[in-house]
Amino acid sequence: MTAVAPSRFQHRSLLEYAALLLALALVLMALVSTAPAPDRLGSGIARLFAPSGLLTQMFPPDFTRIVPISGKLLETFQMAVAGCFLGLILALPFAILATDRLSPHPLVRHSARALIALFRTVPDLVWAIVFIIIVGLGPAAGVMAIMVDKIGFAGRFFAEAMEETDPGPQDALRAIGANRLGIIGSAVIPACLPSFIATSLFALEKSVRGSAALGLVGAGGIGVDLKVAFDLFNYDEALAIILMILALVVAVEQGSGWIRRKLI
Amino acid sequence: MTAPLSPRALTGSAVAEPVLVVSGLTKDYSGRSVLRGLDFALPPGQSTALIGANGSGKSTLLRCLVRLVEPTSGTVQMLGRDVGALSPGALRRFRAEVGIVWQRHNLVPRLSALSNVIHGAQARMSSPRVWIQSFAPASVRDEAMACLERVGLADRALVRVDSLSGGQQQRVAIARMLMQRPAFILADEPDASLDPQTGEEVMALLLALVRETGLSLLVISHRLEHTLRFSDRILGLANGRIALDLVTQRADAAGLRRFFNHVEAA
Repeated sequence: MTAVAPSRFQHRSLLEYAALLLALALVLMALVSTAPAPDRLGSGIARLFAPSGLLTQMFPPDFTRIVPISGKLLETFQMAVAGCFLGLILALPFAILATDRLSPHPLVRHSARALIALFRTVPDLVWAIVFIIIVGLGPAAGVMAIMVDKIGFAGRFFAEAMEETDPGPQDALRAIGANRLGIIGSAVIPACLPSFIATSLFALEKSVRGSAALGLVGAGGIGVDLKVAFDLFNYDEALAIILMILALVVAVEQGSGWIRRKLI
Repeated sequence: MTAPLSPRALTGSAVAEPVLVVSGLTKDYSGRSVLRGLDFALPPGQSTALIGANGSGKSTLLRCLVRLVEPTSGTVQMLGRDVGALSPGALRRFRAEVGIVWQRHNLVPRLSALSNVIHGAQARMSSPRVWIQSFAPASVRDEAMACLERVGLADRALVRVDSLSGGQQQRVAIARMLMQRPAFILADEPDASLDPQTGEEVMALLLALVRETGLSLLVISHRLEHTLRFSDRILGLANGRIALDLVTQRADAAGLRRFFNHVEAA
């Protein structure tokens, strides 16, 4: 007897069809309420290429202020490195406390997870505004904003990496009589190191991309110059700044990719 | 050899001052009894093999002895201490005296053999200097090298353990256990994942440690020939109880097979 092929599609209940229709309705409502109307989009694109349009005025890019802009670009990179470094250092204890097997108490674990979620969920621009209020305008606020954002980003991935490690070596060290710190230092961190390095490099890339925008709210870096260039309609200088940010981001991404390939 | 299911011969109890006394030990998992009131004692300086079918509770028993699994009831007196009454700190110090060789060697894969062996020193040191060989004190490094030499792997000290063979990894695990300076060794199927010759070498190494240093060994093995060659006494576990207890000299493979057949039939 030959086996009969099963039906191509699984039978769905009425409730499942209703849920699908509801999801479609939500998407359509969102598009109708917020997406640009085709005629407005068309006229906007046409204006871009008009003699007084944005794109026309952007070209050729104006690099006459390349020296001061380069200084600001360096400050942006330094903000990203400092904020990322501090964030990664602080993310590790948060991640350890948020891990099922390593946390000393469920209450501590839930609190650590809640804090990591809070740090991750609030956008870095909002953190920048908060820290401008605390430490004033300038790169220090940007560094603090990047740091908190990175605790949220790396804390989550560090904790996931630690949850996924083989528990065998940890159990063996526990059986030897090693204390919690010894187990973390001897078994957990060495096992998670490739994942930690990958996450840290992604965090650095994210920090460099994010730090360029923090200046828009006054938290230091090249974003301030970009905002001023747009405000004064110096679109050719704005393009020069955008191209320099692009070069920095691409260089960091290429560099981190190379390090990842070498180390992991 | 005695009849496999005869009342237990008190082979071990003839020796004074046992290193391990188990009384009325039970372990239930969700209402299912895995260990049902075990009573036995082990004298010092002997190799004792623990045999039994899969699921008979051998590994659970080993873990209960050092409270890696908490027993449901009963007492364990080991190395002169009431294990069940130990505080968390005292339990940690007690575990430092008991070396465990696992079926899976449970080494930290990305670290060198030497670093893994140095981890054994965490039984008596909690310093970060014993996390990795690069920072370890010279005396600790020297002792770890001596342990590696004892298992024949001194020339592989700086090789990452995940690039060693299964047998070599098990030897590194034994060296780490020696680094603990244990007074008692528990071994949970140390020969299970190894080829016959390597498994035999590992078992011979454990027995040599018992003979040379006077350590006590309780070892689980499914290989009857290893049980017969590398133990002084055999305990058989069936249905959560000690169903066999005899001196190895009086045992033979046919008798042990009868024990397993009887257990399976039951």
